[in-house]
Amino acid sequence: MFDRIRRVIRRGPVAVGATTLAVLLAGCAKQAPDKQQNALRPDGPAAHKILQLTTPFFWLAVVIGIGVVGATIVLAIKFRERPGEERNPKQIHGHSALEISWTIIPALILAVMGVFTVSTIFDLSKEPKGANVVHINVTGKQWWWEYDYTDASGTKLQFTTANEMHIPVNTPVFLRITAADVIHSFWVPNLAGKKDAVPGRTDYLTIQGSKIGEFAGTCAEYCGLSHANMHLKVFVQTRADYDAWVATQKTTPPKLASYVKDQTGPVAGYACTSCHAFAGSGAGSAATRGPNLSHLGDRTTFAGGTYDLTLDNLTKWIYDAPSRKPMEQGPDPKNPRVGMPNFSKLGMTESQARDIATSLLCDTASNPSKFTGLTCP
Amino acid sequence: MTTVDNAIALRPARQIRWLERPKRTTGVWSWFTTVDHKKIAIMYGTTALLFFLAGGIEALLIRLQLARPDGTVLTANQYNQLFTMHGTTMVFLLGMPLAAAFGNYLIPLMIGARDVAFPRLNMLGYWVFVFGGLFIYSSFFLGGAPNGGWFGYTPLTSTPLAQGFLPGRGPDFWAVGLIMLGIGSVATALNFIVTILNMRAPGMTLMRMPVFVWMMLVVAFLTVFAMPPVTAALIEVYMSRNFGANFFNPAAGGDPLLYQHLFWIFGHPEVYILILPGMGIVSEILPVFSRKPLFGYAVVVFSGIAIGFLGWGVWVHHMFATGLGPVAVSAFSLSTMLIAVPTGVKIFNWLGTIWGGAIRLKTPMLFALGFIAQFTIGGLSGVMHSIVPSDWQQTDTYFVVAHFHYVLFGGLVFAIFGGLHYWHPKVFGKMLNEAMGKTCFWLMVIGFNLTFFPMHFLGFQGQPRRTYTYAKGFGWETLNLLATVGAFIIALAVLTYLVNVIYTMRRGPIASADPWDARSLEWMTSNPPPEYNFAEIPIVTHRDEFWHRKYTEDDEGRLVRLPAGAAIDVEDPATQHGGDGDGGGDGAHGGGHGIHMPSPSIFPMFVGLGLPVIGYGFVFKNWWILGVGVALLLFAVTGWAYEPPTEEAVGA
Repeated sequence: MFDRIRRVIRRGPVAVGATTLAVLLAGCAKQAPDKQQNALRPDGPAAHKILQLTTPFFWLAVVIGIGVVGATIVLAIKFRERPGEERNPKQIHGHSALEISWTIIPALILAVMGVFTVSTIFDLSKEPKGANVVHINVTGKQWWWEYDYTDASGTKLQFTTANEMHIPVNTPVFLRITAADVIHSFWVPNLAGKKDAVPGRTDYLTIQGSKIGEFAGTCAEYCGLSHANMHLKVFVQTRADYDAWVATQKTTPPKLASYVKDQTGPVAGYACTSCHAFAGSGAGSAATRGPNLSHLGDRTTFAGGTYDLTLDNLTKWIYDAPSRKPMEQGPDPKNPRVGMPNFSKLGMTESQARDIATSLLCDTASNPSKFTGLTCP
Repeated sequence: MTTVDNAIALRPARQIRWLERPKRTTGVWSWFTTVDHKKIAIMYGTTALLFFLAGGIEALLIRLQLARPDGTVLTANQYNQLFTMHGTTMVFLLGMPLAAAFGNYLIPLMIGARDVAFPRLNMLGYWVFVFGGLFIYSSFFLGGAPNGGWFGYTPLTSTPLAQGFLPGRGPDFWAVGLIMLGIGSVATALNFIVTILNMRAPGMTLMRMPVFVWMMLVVAFLTVFAMPPVTAALIEVYMSRNFGANFFNPAAGGDPLLYQHLFWIFGHPEVYILILPGMGIVSEILPVFSRKPLFGYAVVVFSGIAIGFLGWGVWVHHMFATGLGPVAVSAFSLSTMLIAVPTGVKIFNWLGTIWGGAIRLKTPMLFALGFIAQFTIGGLSGVMHSIVPSDWQQTDTYFVVAHFHYVLFGGLVFAIFGGLHYWHPKVFGKMLNEAMGKTCFWLMVIGFNLTFFPMHFLGFQGQPRRTYTYAKGFGWETLNLLATVGAFIIALAVLTYLVNVIYTMRRGPIASADPWDARSLEWMTSNPPPEYNFAEIPIVTHRDEFWHRKYTEDDEGRLVRLPAGAAIDVEDPATQHGGDGDGGGDGAHGGGHGIHMPSPSIFPMFVGLGLPVIGYGFVFKNWWILGVGVALLLFAVTGWAYEPPTEEAVGA
């Protein structure tokens, strides 16, 4: 039995080599992911500067790593004692010159690294100035993102949206980041590094997109049950597209206000407005427990980027949200601790949910015909 | 007054029966009362390895869930509990207690002592660990395990349950359990410090101590100073959850980042608490199997001490993305780079040790070499984190998961397995099977690298950590699947080790007295050593004392074996009755006659048992349970204080 094991052992190094190669090939294999959330493909100056700083030191680390790992393997093979041989090696206790040099050389390399690191830290921490700068207050909430587009002071609110951020291309965007409940972290790797959203503090991050496109991001700090379902998107648009989007965002959807206030209609008893704002819907307009829905129909995803926005998905969500995304509910179905209640437990039927979803999409979308199966009255 | 009169005067007038100390040193019951550092070490090691299996099963479940996108093996809540418990287990219930196991077994033997300085305190440390660990694990059956991460960031963990930020009572179990484990760790650390500083054999100067003992000394000091800040933080978390304290609540003037500072002031030294024992083990194994002394002994020792000091000045590198401002993060960026220097120095000295040696590629040596290679990779990715802007992309991604597993698995766990294979004949008197040992090594190398190497790429490609699911289409599918396959190969490696242990326990060859041609004092006594370790305390004249009793150097510095007569044979207590030695200074006589050893005691176990009862009282806010626990604790402490020092103190 042990003979066979011994044979396997002798092949061990070959197996390790083959495995490493397989891993490297898999890593380098040209994959064409349809979603972009990748620090190695910078599409903004901040991400680009970070990659530029990282790359040379990464390769230096690779060289040193191969050197040390290689030396370990080569020395172990070169100086190994063969069976039956008993060598009496020279007893070396140390070597001062060597000790000094392998203390000083790494220290010098690190000093160079330190200079570039510190200058980049300060470079990336600068606050952008100018009339064209876009200012957005970002608030992390369990488990979605709220964006308040403001004036340059960060105080005067223009409009509020959620999860999907639109920014003009080649324009610095200054984010003031905080959190409402627990710590989150705002991260769009193609555009910039991450910045934590800490309750009670405001952190600052400048992002900028140098390419038109859609960039995925996510919450990067563990924030509880549905941390994995707290995505975001940044749409980098031409200035004209962006301006058009802003103009729409500032409008109030015409029929929505009366719909959500209608105490005899399908939403009666479900108290949508106690969590969601529908811009101009009266009492509920300031509610921020859930995302602002006044232009929901112009988004591509919902529920913290968990689902594509379709009539079917939205219907299922309104009917029984907690089974579609883990959210802490507590004992009282009327008063969930975090997230949407399970309305099916409060008497909602599936067709009711479909009606509500239909009205929501019809009233909030600039182009309702993009939803398959949606027939607006 | 004669000495005997003095002793009689000290004796209680009437012996209280229940206070009499247990006498048996064999049998099942003796394991509950033993104060023998070697038995305690075996218990530490066995228990820690059982927790290692638990943490490993948690890891396998995590990997199963992540093997494919949109995994359905676990729910979000189960996944969050498992990754929290995996981290908590591997840090507090594997890494630290296994270091205590090696330290307990080896420190007294390596410095030529008969036991540690405080044998009953030693026993307490073990019982606190085992009951504390079981306490935390009992949460799985009492409403849910901890689910706030092993780091337990506030306000997620500190907000009252009713608010629903985090479901379940898990964080209470976690906070109370870690406070408890901290008590045990500090007790053990203090014991090691006093033992190492006071109980060395004659001639065992500090600079003649084995590097492992040195590293354990540094670790013990780090533990003593690191535990208080985290204990304060955990008490604040508990008070916030249960009694509305507002330390971390910004609405009431608190600050969530206060917790992160307190936690990482503990947490970063903790990283060195975990890795330095591994470095010590490797520094023992490499010279033995290279048949050369450790290259640059003094430099290796001092770089270990330097790491110990610098380790206190780098905690903010865990917080680079929290928005502390460019000046603060720059300072900690530079201090983090600085700590790479002594770490690098150690690696180069290990390479210097094997250079020109006569390398015997036995299983322990393979694991030690694996340590050097993989720890280096982990060290280099660690240096990349010190480049703050890079860290802004890498932190909280799988790149970090890859980094610290290369340090703690590729480094520490490999060192542990090297140590387990190396000292197995010492502890159990049986040789492990070489073929199975090497199989274990190669499986572990393949499995480990297959699991964690791809994670570097996953991190760069944007996969965040601590997420129970991920969507298709980000290009993460293949590498995640590879990582899962690797995890199961690691499991196979661990299984091979367990089979090896069980197989050789029954059929393995009896180990010779000095199977590896070793260098340090622990090999100068029988395998396993007698309760009193050395019949005569050795007198130390050299670093690597045992080696120098077997070998000398010729004029060219080459190794020359001393003629058989000149070498001092390994002690065999069975043949050494009636030695006249006074080297031990306490009338040491061969064969154990007249050697004064501490008596067993049952009270440390009861003190340890009292703590989790108190813990349940705190978690469920049930003051009756709390009262029972306090009563048990007070009873046990009283018994501990009043039981007679030893049954044979008076030569009746």
